[in-house]
Amino acid sequence: MIPTSELWLVIVLLGAGSFLLRFTFLGLVGNRPLPEWLLRHLRYTAVAVLPALVAPLVVWPQATDGTPDPVRLAAALATLVVAFLTKNIIAAMGTGAGVLLVGGLAGWMG
Amino acid sequence: MATDKTVDEIEPANRAVFWRGFRDGLPFLAIVIPFAMLFGVVATEAGLNVFETLSFSVVVIAGAAQFTALQLMLDNAPVAVVLASALAVNMRMAMYSASLTPHLGALPVGKRMITAYFLVDQTYASSILFYEKNPQLSVAQKWAYFMGVMTPICIPWYLATLAGAWIGEAIPAEAGLDFAVPIAFIAMIGPALRTPAHRIAALVSTVLALALAGVPWNLGLILAAIGGMVAGAEAERRGMAE
Repeated sequence: MIPTSELWLVIVLLGAGSFLLRFTFLGLVGNRPLPEWLLRHLRYTAVAVLPALVAPLVVWPQATDGTPDPVRLAAALATLVVAFLTKNIIAAMGTGAGVLLVGGLAGWMG
Repeated sequence: MATDKTVDEIEPANRAVFWRGFRDGLPFLAIVIPFAMLFGVVATEAGLNVFETLSFSVVVIAGAAQFTALQLMLDNAPVAVVLASALAVNMRMAMYSASLTPHLGALPVGKRMITAYFLVDQTYASSILFYEKNPQLSVAQKWAYFMGVMTPICIPWYLATLAGAWIGEAIPAEAGLDFAVPIAFIAMIGPALRTPAHRIAALVSTVLALALAGVPWNLGLILAAIGGMVAGAEAERRGMAE
C-alpha cells in the first residue's frame, strides 16, 4: 500500500518535472533561429528515440519477465515491415495485433 | 480591413487542418484506450482510489512514466528514485520539445505551454511527420493540426483512465495487451524511415538501446537516442538524406 502523502508528492513533482521537460525548449528558445547543425540532429529525433524506447520492450517483454518471446518478436517484425512498405499506420498495427492474436491462440491450443 | 481579410482567409484553412489532425489522431484511440484503462486497472489494484488514479493521468499525462512511478512506489523505492526514473523515461519529451521548436516556437507563450502539456509520443510523432511533409504550413496551421491530433489522443486518455479505474479488476490480464504500446510505436517508426539517413539513425539507436539496456535510470534510452541522432545527422552530412 502506497502512503497517500508519498503518492501525491510523486504525482505533483512528476507532473511538474514532466512539464518542464516538455516546455524547456519550446518555452525558452521560442522563435529564435536554431543553428543548422542542431536542426540537422533534430530531424532524426523521432527515428532515434522511438526505436530506442521500443527495442528493449520487444526483445525483453515485461509480460514474460524479460524472456524473449517468438510471438511478440514476429508481431513486431510484421508491424515494421507493413509500416515501412505501406506507410499505413493502421494497417501496420492491425497486422501486429493479428500476429499476436494468431500466435496467442496457437500457443493456447498447444 | 486587410487584417480582417487575412483572418477570413486563414480561419477556414485552420479549421480544415484541425480536422485533418483529428482524423490522423483517431487511429491512436485503439492504443490510448486500452493503455489508459490498463493504467486505471493497475493503479486501483495497487490501492489508489478513483480520484488519485485520474489525477495521476491528468497531472502527469505520460503513460510509460506513470507505470514506472507506480511500479517503483509499489516496490517501496525512495521518492527520489521514483522521480528520477520516471523523469528519465520522460526525458525524450525534451527532445520532442526541441524538435518542435522550429515549427511552433513562434507561438505566444500560453499556446506554447498548452503544447508542452499535451506533448506525448503520439501527438509528437503525428505532428512532426505532418510538418515535414507540408513545409508550407503557417504557424497557426501547425498549431491547429497539433490541437486536432491532441483531441482524440489526450481527452480519451483521461476518460479511459477513469473507466479503467471504475472497472478495476474486471479486465483480465490478457496476453498481448502489454504489447499494444510497442506495436503502436513500431507502426509510427515505419513511415518515418524515409531516407538512408533516417534508417541509419533508427538502426544505430536500436543497437545502442539493446546494448545499453543495463544502464540504470533509463539513461541507456537517452544515450541510444543521442547516438541515433548523431548517426542520422552524420549520414545526412554525407549526402544520404535523399
